[in-house]
Amino acid sequence: MSATTREERILGIVQRTRARPARFRDERITMAHGAGGKASQSLIEGLLLPALRNDALAALGDAGTVSVNGAALALSADSFVVRPIRFPGGSIGELAVNGTVNDLAVSGARPLALTLSLVLEEGLDAGELRAEVDAIALAARAAAVQVIAGDTKVVERGHADRMYVCTSGVGVLDPRARLSTSALSPGDRILVSGAVGEHGCAIMLARDEFSLEADIRSDTRPLWPAVDALLDAAGAGVHCMRDATRGGVASALNELARASGVAALVHESRVPVQAAVAGACELLGIDPLYVANEGKLVAFVAPELAQVALDALRAVPGCEQAADIGEVLAEPPGMVLVDTAFGGRRVMDLLAGDPLPRIC
Amino acid sequence: MRFVQEFRDAELGRALAAEIRSLLAPGRTYKLMEVCGGHTHSIYRYGIDGLLPDAVELVHGPGCPVCVLPMGRVDDAIAIAHEPNVIFTCFGDMLRIPGSHGSLLEAKAQGADVRMVYSPLDALAIARRNPEREVVFFAIGFETTAPSTALTLRRAKAERIANFSCICNHVTIVPPLRALLDSPALEIDGFIGPGHVCTVVGARPFQFIPEDYSRPLVISGFEPLDVLQSIAMLLAQLAEDRCEVENQYARVVAWDGNARALAVMAEVFALRPHFEWRGLGFISQSALRLSDAYAELDAERRFGVPGIRVADPKACQCGEVLKGAIKPWECKVFGTACTPERPIGTCMVSPEGACAAYYTYGRHAGGREAAARDGLAV
Repeated sequence: MSATTREERILGIVQRTRARPARFRDERITMAHGAGGKASQSLIEGLLLPALRNDALAALGDAGTVSVNGAALALSADSFVVRPIRFPGGSIGELAVNGTVNDLAVSGARPLALTLSLVLEEGLDAGELRAEVDAIALAARAAAVQVIAGDTKVVERGHADRMYVCTSGVGVLDPRARLSTSALSPGDRILVSGAVGEHGCAIMLARDEFSLEADIRSDTRPLWPAVDALLDAAGAGVHCMRDATRGGVASALNELARASGVAALVHESRVPVQAAVAGACELLGIDPLYVANEGKLVAFVAPELAQVALDALRAVPGCEQAADIGEVLAEPPGMVLVDTAFGGRRVMDLLAGDPLPRIC
Repeated sequence: MRFVQEFRDAELGRALAAEIRSLLAPGRTYKLMEVCGGHTHSIYRYGIDGLLPDAVELVHGPGCPVCVLPMGRVDDAIAIAHEPNVIFTCFGDMLRIPGSHGSLLEAKAQGADVRMVYSPLDALAIARRNPEREVVFFAIGFETTAPSTALTLRRAKAERIANFSCICNHVTIVPPLRALLDSPALEIDGFIGPGHVCTVVGARPFQFIPEDYSRPLVISGFEPLDVLQSIAMLLAQLAEDRCEVENQYARVVAWDGNARALAVMAEVFALRPHFEWRGLGFISQSALRLSDAYAELDAERRFGVPGIRVADPKACQCGEVLKGAIKPWECKVFGTACTPERPIGTCMVSPEGACAAYYTYGRHAGGREAAARDGLAV
């Protein structure tokens, strides 16, 4: 066997192994399983999906869909364990509303109602709790949803970190939406709804571990207005959307490229990044494309509708910096490539984990 | 960002790529080793590989201190982390490195108090805040990070902070380079020298490479233009039949290094007679321990560690990959017993190791194949 054939054979084995669903073989849960990278993927694909298998879950969308007497509904759930609970630009209560309504919105569903569960640590200051309940009420009003059910639990001091907030949401699928995680097709343009990396950077700086000071605020906001504008402008031409939370835009692109069996190519110089975020990331040695957002979506739009979709997006308050950052390619399936501002090209893979625990 | 973007100018990069092409002898191929893991990172981060002609191949060297740490040392660290009353502190990239029974990240999940710090001084601050606990700092790195460990230990001693100690895994760059160069299998035409190590030790310690082994070395900065310029300087030396140490990173590196950093290192550290490197075996005088004057701050003495040597698996061929003698896929265990999720050897441990990069990126490593298809090849 010639060297080239042997190399091809070995690469073939590697490629087949990688394309298989990730297996969960760890003996214990580590912080890496919560970081949105490969370890999280193994937990979801290797443990949860096989045990709970059904078609709605298998799509691995941000929300699952279910039909009730002909009405198509979307359901989503999210838990919030962020530390510190208040940070520049937002707080845990506001995140808990926006995170869940955004999972519904990017699934093409207009958010209707939420449930709210609070896990409170013994000794939590009542003023802090009151402030978060107010933040939840305010964010729910802004997102035009009602909290219609809930639960409270208190655990002993030390058994939780002040407060955890869990929300689930229900929405009604918009008739204009034809979205699927497997619908990305070669030629599609990749749009982001604004500058990336703000939430994750705001949290890192708020933890005060780096002795860095910068005016960076979390971008937490409801995304339904952006989704509404996109669907209005491009309708079924919007093939897929995702809320680029933990793991950032890079992880969202990797998950969807894999689900659709296509590649994504990002032009680094077109990715909007605030100067302060770029500077903080540079110092910390982090790529802003991997940093969490809490109010930014990634949309894949048919090329002929991409410009009108982008114009519509930019007209939405808070999305003025929306940009077309790249395109979908046929090859190599499941991979994300970046044309660097320097003129080279690299692969942007899922991270194994995340050095920074609990950012959302 | 001023003073950063200037070194990432795409137009200057294209000009350097053209200069590199003009320096190639027809039909000749070149293998250049970047010694330092920081350069490997820049090469991937900016896609520098894809800007190089096919005749120039970059070989990733032994300069990632975390990857070359043998499993036995990781086991020792985990044993200390599990001692009652210990707060174990280390840099973030150390957390995932596997020992023979798991990593520090897993030890943390089992209840050990393992904390990530960004500087040894952060570890000392934790010791001050927790006088009733034993705080251990896991020191690692080449000469780049050794001075900051040394200064921290000097301060701990001066302030008589009794609950602080350090497990020292600092290594030195020259002995492993000499070990590589002594290998008959070595197929490297020139070296991209480790810029940050050189800020401390200077350029002089590398003169043996051209003098004794007839290979050129260019000390390089870490921005993409630095790396491309260093490659051009190496190819110019080869084209002109010169063989010397040149300093591309002159804005930072002084020929004689940093005398004060070297002095504090000499005070706090002493050479170990030998040290084991993952993938390369035992290398004489290749690592540092705390000097006798600092023995009381040595965690290895304070706690006693198992110190059990865990041999590299026989099938692992990292040594040959590091020497450029074989390609990652030619290793007997590549992609089967050794994968990024379950690494055996140093080249698979770090995502920037030669084998991990090849496993992840395959044909697309360095972006050359994709660039060629899109007509972007240079």
